[in-house]
Amino acid sequence: MEDEEVIKKFLYLNRKAPYGSIYALESLEVVLIGAAFDQNVSLAFIDDGVYQLKKDQSTDGIGMKNFSSTYRALGDYDVNKIYVDKDSMDERGLTIDDLMNLTYEDEDDDYAEKPSISILTSEKISALMEEQDVILSF
Amino acid sequence: MLHTINKSPFQTNALESCLRFARSGHSVLLFEDGIYAALKNTRFESLVKSSLTDVKIYVLVADLEARGMRTDNIIDGIKTAEYGDFVDLVANNKSVQAWL
Amino acid sequence: MSTIEVNGKAVELDEEGYLVNLSEWNEDIGKILATQDEIELTDGHWEVITFLRDYYDEYQIAPAVRVLTKAIGKKLGKEKGNSKYLYQLFPYGPAKQACRFAGLPKPTGCV
Repeated sequence: MEDEEVIKKFLYLNRKAPYGSIYALESLEVVLIGAAFDQNVSLAFIDDGVYQLKKDQSTDGIGMKNFSSTYRALGDYDVNKIYVDKDSMDERGLTIDDLMNLTYEDEDDDYAEKPSISILTSEKISALMEEQDVILSF
Repeated sequence: MLHTINKSPFQTNALESCLRFARSGHSVLLFEDGIYAALKNTRFESLVKSSLTDVKIYVLVADLEARGMRTDNIIDGIKTAEYGDFVDLVANNKSVQAWL
Repeated sequence: MSTIEVNGKAVELDEEGYLVNLSEWNEDIGKILATQDEIELTDGHWEVITFLRDYYDEYQIAPAVRVLTKAIGKKLGKEKGNSKYLYQLFPYGPAKQACRFAGLPKPTGCV
């Protein structure tokens, strides 16, 4: 039965900063739940969504759960295609060094640890959106 | 591919982001508060006009009229859509991106 | 919602039997929750429970069973990182049941 299932391309498109609204956390939870179904999953972060991946988040002062650590578990869930829009980073004065270092272990390459994040031009992100079967917007 | 926008361009950057990522041949539907982007004489008019060369832009008439606007207030080249057209747009496109 | 009493202290559980206040957890609570399921916790059980608590500490989630199985295999060896071994320890599901004993929420990604 499982072999007959069609693998679809799912893109989670994240455009909101964390903590100020529920979108970021909701998206992350849906990604983790959805990961139980073998589909081709990508995550894209554009606009304020890039702030979700900022390193050194510390929520002690606001009494909310620091879910930024959970992004580091995505590799365990075989979610390893994470794309970040370069223009959105530039606009906000962010570089790759400001982001968390998200990695996964490549089973096909002797479990070598590889980076999950790629920074793409808007043109590349557009192309990525176009090739999806389903886009989930947050 | 269909993009939908339901927020005013004065409230969020949904319109600007959408038009930055929309590719040639895509459709954009403006509904709810998104309809304000379809109107003439706003500071977004030139952005919308320049996008019309590549993408088709639709505005949902019911939302336009609900907000006291008329179809002769909208930028030339933007098409009007009824609810049925909205359904057709969703059905005829491979995927939909909602710019929340 | 229900309440169990552990060492004279009332501990609140949600409708599925998971701890409401994660910070209340201690090993005695784990033992009592296991006893309710007619399980006596062995070293093998504790290994998994400790692993889950460490995972939660690091990632702020309880792993789905698939993730748990793989990670246990990596950390504790292949003979432990498989469904058969883990289901022997936790017949109601190595992630769901073990997380409950470990005082963690129901795993994310378990339906």
